[in-house]
Amino acid sequence: MDILRGIAVTPGVAIGEAMILEAADYRIPYRTVADDEVEEELARLDAAFEKSIAGVIEQAEWLNANLGRDAARVFDWHVGVLKDPQLRKNIETLVSEHKVSAAHAVSDVMRNYQRRFMQMTDPLLVERIRDVQDIERRLLRHTLGDQTEDLAHLKEPVILVAHDLTPTQTAQLAATKVAAVALDSGAATSHTAILLRSWGRPGVIGLSDFSTRVSAGDTVIIDATNQLVIANPNRETLQEYEGRAARFGELEHELDEMASLPATTCDGEEIQLFCNVEFPHEASIGAAKGAAGIGLYRTEFLFLRPEGAPSEDEQYEAYCEAIDGANGGTVTIRTFDLGADKYTQQRSYEQERNPMLGLRSIRYSLQNLDMFKDQLRAILRASGRGQLRLMFPLISSLMEFRQAKMTVYDAMEDLEEEGIAVARDIPIGMMLETPSAAIQIKEFCREVNFVSIGTNDLIQYLLAVDRGNERVSQFYTPSHPAVLRVLRDVVKTCTRSGVSCSLCGEMAGQPLYTVFLLGIGLRELSMAPANIPEVKKLIRLVSIPQTQRIARRALSFDTERQVTNYLRDETRKLLPDDPI
Amino acid sequence: MVANKQGLHARPVMAFVDRASQSRSRVTVANITRKGEAVDGKSAMQMMILEATQGCVLRIGAKGVDARETVDALAALVEAGFKTDSPQPSD
Repeated sequence: MDILRGIAVTPGVAIGEAMILEAADYRIPYRTVADDEVEEELARLDAAFEKSIAGVIEQAEWLNANLGRDAARVFDWHVGVLKDPQLRKNIETLVSEHKVSAAHAVSDVMRNYQRRFMQMTDPLLVERIRDVQDIERRLLRHTLGDQTEDLAHLKEPVILVAHDLTPTQTAQLAATKVAAVALDSGAATSHTAILLRSWGRPGVIGLSDFSTRVSAGDTVIIDATNQLVIANPNRETLQEYEGRAARFGELEHELDEMASLPATTCDGEEIQLFCNVEFPHEASIGAAKGAAGIGLYRTEFLFLRPEGAPSEDEQYEAYCEAIDGANGGTVTIRTFDLGADKYTQQRSYEQERNPMLGLRSIRYSLQNLDMFKDQLRAILRASGRGQLRLMFPLISSLMEFRQAKMTVYDAMEDLEEEGIAVARDIPIGMMLETPSAAIQIKEFCREVNFVSIGTNDLIQYLLAVDRGNERVSQFYTPSHPAVLRVLRDVVKTCTRSGVSCSLCGEMAGQPLYTVFLLGIGLRELSMAPANIPEVKKLIRLVSIPQTQRIARRALSFDTERQVTNYLRDETRKLLPDDPI
Repeated sequence: MVANKQGLHARPVMAFVDRASQSRSRVTVANITRKGEAVDGKSAMQMMILEATQGCVLRIGAKGVDARETVDALAALVEAGFKTDSPQPSD
C-alpha cells in the first residue's frame, strides 16, 4: 500500500484500475512485461527505430534544403546512433532477457550513455548529452505512440495516472471513460487544473513521482476530498473506501438539492453566485448547479481546439451558445487571455525569458489588433441576444484600459456602418489582477462599469510566486495577509464608488474563504460549477454581521498559517460534517 | 594519434564508423592515453564515448578476413585528421 498527498482539484472519491500515460520527456519507470508480450515489445522497438531514423533523415533533408549542408550534418551522428548495432542489441537484450518494457529499456540504455558523457572532460563532448537526450526522446515518442488515442477507446472506467497532461489532452477527457485523474505535476491554478475542475470528476495533482510508482492495472483509490491517493490498498482500506464512495454519492445528492434554493444568508442578504466556464456548452451545466449566470467566460480556450484559431463567425456562435445556455442570466465575457502559453510562444520569433511578465493578455490583444477586433466584433454582434458584459484581462494602467475601450468603440462603429445592430450600452469592465491596478483602483472606478477580481494572477503578482512552478508553489496562497488586505481595500473602494465588484478566481470556489469574502463586502462570486452547491450551503448558514466579525479577525493575523487555521476552524464549525 | 584539432567529435566519428562498417572484420578501438576499455569501432555511440580528443593515442585492432587493410585504412584516416576538418564545398 502506497499513500501520497497532493492537491485536490475536484472533491470526490473514486476507486479503479490505473491506466498510465507515460511521457517521452519524463523518467520512464522500471516496468516488466509478461513472457508472451516480449515479442510485441520487440516489434514496437523495431517500429520505433524505423520511424526515428526516417524522422531524423527527413529533418536533415529539410535542413539541407533550407539551411545548407553544414546544418544538416549535425544529424548524421543521430542517424549513426540510431543505426548503431551495438546500441540496438543492448536495448533488445534488456527486453528479451530481463523482460522490461521497450520504453524502459530505451530510457535505461540512453541514460547510461548520458552519464558517461557527463563524466567527460572535453566540453564539446559533454555537450553531446543534449544530442543523446534528443535521440532518447525521439525514440521514446515513437515507442510510446499516441496514448491519447487509447483513452478515447476505453471500455471500462479507469483512474488515469500521468506525469502531466496538456490542456488539449485534458479537454478531451470528457469524452472518455476516465473516472478520476492523478497527476505528478501541476499547480492548483494551471490551465490543466482549471480544465480538470470544469471536467468535474475527482482529481488530485502535485503528486511528485506517483506515476512512476504504480503500474497499469494496479488498484488505485483517489480520495480528492482528503487530497490523497492510495495505490494497491489493503483489504480494510479498500472496504473503508467503498463505503466512503457510497457516502460521497449521498452528499453529492444532498448538494444537488441546493441548486434550486436561493443563495441568501440567514439574515436575508442575497448573494449572486456565477459560474466560470471555459467552453460555451458548460453554461447549461452551471445553470443546472444553480448559477445565476456566467461570471467569467475564458474565451482563450477557443484556441485549444485542434483546428486552431477561431474565426469571427465561430466565435459569434460560441458566444451565442453561452448566452443561450445561461438562461437569461448575465454573461461576462473576458477577452482573450493569451500569452505565456503554448499558442503564443510557438508563434513568437523568440521565446520570452519571462512570459508571465511578458506579452500576454490585454497586451497581446492590443499588439494583435486584427485578432482583437475580430473578437470584439463577435462579442458585439452577440450583445443584443442577452445580458452581456465585456471585460479585459490583466489591465495594469489606465491608458491600457482606455486604449482597449477605444478599440471596442471602433468595432462598434464599423458594425453600425455595416448596418449590424449592437448594444451600445454594453457594460465594459476590467479584471483586477495586477498590484498596480489594485493601488489605482480609485482612479479606475471612475472609468470602468464593473470590476472583477482575478485572484489567480493577482496573488501570483502580489507574492512574486509562479503558481505553476512546483518548487515555489507552496508560497502561493490566498491566505497571505497582504492578499487579504488588498482584497478588502479594493472591495471597499469599489463599494464607495458605486462600482459593482465580483471575485472570479479559484479562491471564490474554496469554501475556506467564502465567509471572509462575504465579510469584506463581496456580494458576487464566480466559480467552477462544481463548487457552487457547497459554497451556497455555507452562505445559507451565516449572517452578515457574523461574516464581518470573522473577516475582521482574519485580517488581524500576521502570517498566512494563522489565517488558514482560523478560517478552517470557523468553516468547520459551520459545516461539521463536510470535509474542508 | 588523433591529429585533428577537435578530436573525434560527431563528423570524424561518423567517418570512422562508416569506414569500419565497410569492413567484414570485427573492429575494436581503445584510447591508450585515457586508459579506457576497447570499444566497438562500428558503434557510433561507443566511438563518441571513447573521448578521443586531439593528441590521444588510439589502438585500433581488427579480427577477420580483411583485418590488415581495415586497420591500415582506419589508422590513415585518424592520422590524416579525417580530412573532414577542412571546409567542404556546400551544395
